[in-house]
Amino acid sequence: MSILTYIAGWPLLAALALIVVPRNYRVIIRAIAVLATLISAVLAIKLFCQFVPGAAGYQFEQQIPWVQSLGISYHVGVDGINVGLILMGAIVAFAAALCSFEIQTREKEFYILLLVMTGGILGAFASLDLFFFYFLHELALVPTFIMIGVWGRGEKKNYATFQITLYLSVGALIALIGLIALHLQSGANTFDIPKLIEHVKTHPFSQGAQHLIFPLLLFGFGILVSLWPFHTWAPLGYGVAPSPTAMLHAGVLKKFGLYGLIRIALPMLPEAAQCWAQVLAWLCIGNILYVGWVAMRQKDLNLLIGNSSVAHMGFIFLGIASLNLIGISGAVIIMIAHGFLAALTFALSGYIYQQTGTLQMCELGGLCRKLPFIGTALLMAAMAGCGLPGFANFVGEATVFFGAWTVFPAVTVIALWGALVIGGVYMTRAIRNVLHGPLVEKWNSLTDAGHLWRKLPYALLLASLLVFGFWPRLLTEKINPDVEKIVAQIPPAFCVSSSGRESAQNPFAASQSRLAPAATK
Amino acid sequence: MNMSLIGLEISVIGLGLVLMLADLFMPAERRKFVGYAGIAALGAMLLFSFADVGTCSIAGTAFNGSFINDGISLFFKRFFILAAILVLFIAAEFSDRFAVGSVAEYYSLVVFALAGMLFAASANDFVMLFVSIELITITFYVLVSFQRSKLASLEAGVKYLILGALSSSFMIFGIALIWGTTGELNFTKLAAVAPQFETSKIFLLGVLLVLVGLGFKIAAFPFQIWAPDVYQGAPTPTTAFLAIGSKAAGFVLLLRFLFTAVPSVTMHWGKLLIILSGITILYGNLCALPQRNIKRLLGYSSIAHAGYLLLGVAALNAAGQTAILYYLAGYLFTVLAAFLVIALVLRHLDTDDISGLAGLGQRSPLLAATMTISMVSLAGIPPLAGFFGKFLLLKSVVEAAQATGNQGYYCLVFTALAGVVMSLYYYFGVVRMIYWSKEPSDMSPIALSPAAKLTAWICIMGIFWLGLFPNSVLVLAGEAAKALGK
Repeated sequence: MSILTYIAGWPLLAALALIVVPRNYRVIIRAIAVLATLISAVLAIKLFCQFVPGAAGYQFEQQIPWVQSLGISYHVGVDGINVGLILMGAIVAFAAALCSFEIQTREKEFYILLLVMTGGILGAFASLDLFFFYFLHELALVPTFIMIGVWGRGEKKNYATFQITLYLSVGALIALIGLIALHLQSGANTFDIPKLIEHVKTHPFSQGAQHLIFPLLLFGFGILVSLWPFHTWAPLGYGVAPSPTAMLHAGVLKKFGLYGLIRIALPMLPEAAQCWAQVLAWLCIGNILYVGWVAMRQKDLNLLIGNSSVAHMGFIFLGIASLNLIGISGAVIIMIAHGFLAALTFALSGYIYQQTGTLQMCELGGLCRKLPFIGTALLMAAMAGCGLPGFANFVGEATVFFGAWTVFPAVTVIALWGALVIGGVYMTRAIRNVLHGPLVEKWNSLTDAGHLWRKLPYALLLASLLVFGFWPRLLTEKINPDVEKIVAQIPPAFCVSSSGRESAQNPFAASQSRLAPAATK
Repeated sequence: MNMSLIGLEISVIGLGLVLMLADLFMPAERRKFVGYAGIAALGAMLLFSFADVGTCSIAGTAFNGSFINDGISLFFKRFFILAAILVLFIAAEFSDRFAVGSVAEYYSLVVFALAGMLFAASANDFVMLFVSIELITITFYVLVSFQRSKLASLEAGVKYLILGALSSSFMIFGIALIWGTTGELNFTKLAAVAPQFETSKIFLLGVLLVLVGLGFKIAAFPFQIWAPDVYQGAPTPTTAFLAIGSKAAGFVLLLRFLFTAVPSVTMHWGKLLIILSGITILYGNLCALPQRNIKRLLGYSSIAHAGYLLLGVAALNAAGQTAILYYLAGYLFTVLAAFLVIALVLRHLDTDDISGLAGLGQRSPLLAATMTISMVSLAGIPPLAGFFGKFLLLKSVVEAAQATGNQGYYCLVFTALAGVVMSLYYYFGVVRMIYWSKEPSDMSPIALSPAAKLTAWICIMGIFWLGLFPNSVLVLAGEAAKALGK
């Protein structure tokens, strides 16, 4: 059995075990959940250390046939792209389980759902089978809706649950159609991703099929990742979600769509990717600039974090759209860094909410005096969010900008402005309003995160951000060789438009001629 | 003619007669247990069908080719017997609401309806098709209005009778037109001559009218009008049998008719089937959204599921037919689980309002879990049976789209997706009521008989088994679907 099966399997097993534990054994329920996620996290660290960078093919593979007639098998394995994501997912899941002490009602059901979500998403990242890839993601997605609907907070709970369920179900189903179409069009009668990629190398898809399937995947996955203009579910959803759910979803689950684009859409539909990159690059401006502006106007800390998380997705999309080694590597690094960061910020805002009962920034103020640990952590998280060197986010964002500059100079300039100026404005403003200034009278009774267990999740996430920020080689040496394989399959920039006209080879000129999405049919 | 081909049908009818005669010898208060004897007998027949010497596994035709035993009939016969077994379990739990002592009669009617379904599975001739449909439908008229003291039940019976008779007359008219133009009643022979009559308007009208009759059985738009009323008014075990047995019988006849009798016509009717399927999905899901009565809600949801199943018909390929069989297998456990819970929980309530399920999470964890799993599977969420079934259906439609290049198939896929998303709302509404309702009025624990527990567990295991280990049933379904294409 591959170590990957254990990483995803322990949380699922623990979820099954929790079903038989009586609901009043609260400590035991919590202990089982924390222990299962801890085992996953430790195994994921072991996996990360044992991973051999640049080795051919996939490592820690395991394959069990499931439905022979359809070519579906349980197939897991890692390469440089998903090894970091699995590590990030497992650590975030452990932190989320630790942070779940804020849940006071129906704990048993909450931990079961949390563990299903964890197991599902780690399995989806490890999966090398198209069917299981989708299946496990869906398994992780549904608990999110239930958790927001039941344990969510605030008056807008029902509306937010409805919205997030609708958006994400639609996104997932569109992606499902794309994946089915991909499987059928390939003619390989297998759902095995490596085999499909090999098959596509010798039997590439026709132009027509590529241009039909790629948008399905792009927008299906795009909705899951809150690509502008399909992002409106995210800030509100995260705003009302209980913080462990927000941590896991914003941190880990959301990366599924991006991972799907890199793992499946780019290598199998390279020509369509080349054409749609232009559209994607301009849409990501919507994420970075528009959502950044929206974030500046927020009065609620959680909504601000939610919007900033959507804005960060823009950088990842930009990296993917650049379609070169540097850009895509950068995108993968941000995916990992943002996972830690989003989990950290939602955990911290959850702590503040639990203490104060509000996240309205005008009511908060001076909290750093009463909550030195939480305050410092929030400050560091905000700085990481602005892209301060030393945190992993800086590495990723800088890399993406280097990669994107060669392809989309105009977009990069706007994005840089959005990243440095807008991000800086709303983050520092939030810090000033929440942490600094005079302490409001009624917050005198707040208590900081006390003993080690309470501090551990925040410390762990911060440490991960710093480790990869100071030592990005840990990631890049693993990511680069495998991204190179994907990039090698993408043809040099050209695009056959609907009139059959071929654009110039020069990417800058090409970008000028394809500003309007309508021309990119 | 080899009489052993219809051995299974003969034994089922014999069982029905025995159950009916039990009325004469058993005291009224012990007749409930007659059902368990029936279950045991049907269970033995089911096991026997898996043995190589079983009569229904011998391939061949009888009665001059009007009765056929092949892969698909075998698949459906097992399916119907399993459905009848679970329905008898539900009926035994429900028996205290029938007039004293009449339950044995109810059991025997269920078994007679089962006999009709078995004949339907083997029908290879318009006469056999019509007779088996009438055997099913007429038995159901009685089953629907079995709670004679309840006005809603009688009303449902009358509605079913009038609309059922109307659709039967359409169908018999259609059969007459087909026979009048082609001179053939046998499906196999008709398939050979049908291409010559493709341009004959009277022949095509006949085919259309037969479709009307079958559309009524499966509750497809625009013949769905009876379903919500009848589902709501009928006794719960009848509703359960109607939802699964009658619908599946409609589908096996539809498959045989479209793909064995008139394949040359069907191949041109893709567009019609696409529209039927799309509207049925939308109608069922949209109407289910505001429902508060749980049986009515399931009535509309069954219309929606007829629409999903029609996806596989509209795809016009072997993958679609296999998907239908697989989806029905999952639907069997899912729907019967839901009706079992309804029969047990809403026992002492006059209404079937959703609020009757409030607090079920505390009152009976097993029933709450059964209902939740059933709803989640109906919504098509992994790792349950409904997800894999929907996956297969959608896959078959995408396959058809790629093979034919017909854009209508893509529209159909997105219609189905819209339906699935809508359905999340009302299925999760039920789940919410079970676990998170505000103030349940009745919190007394629900006592479950061992038989009820067993049934719940069979359904749960079935739903998980089909969701997690689809291989074996998929192979069976694939072999069964092969019989259609020849």
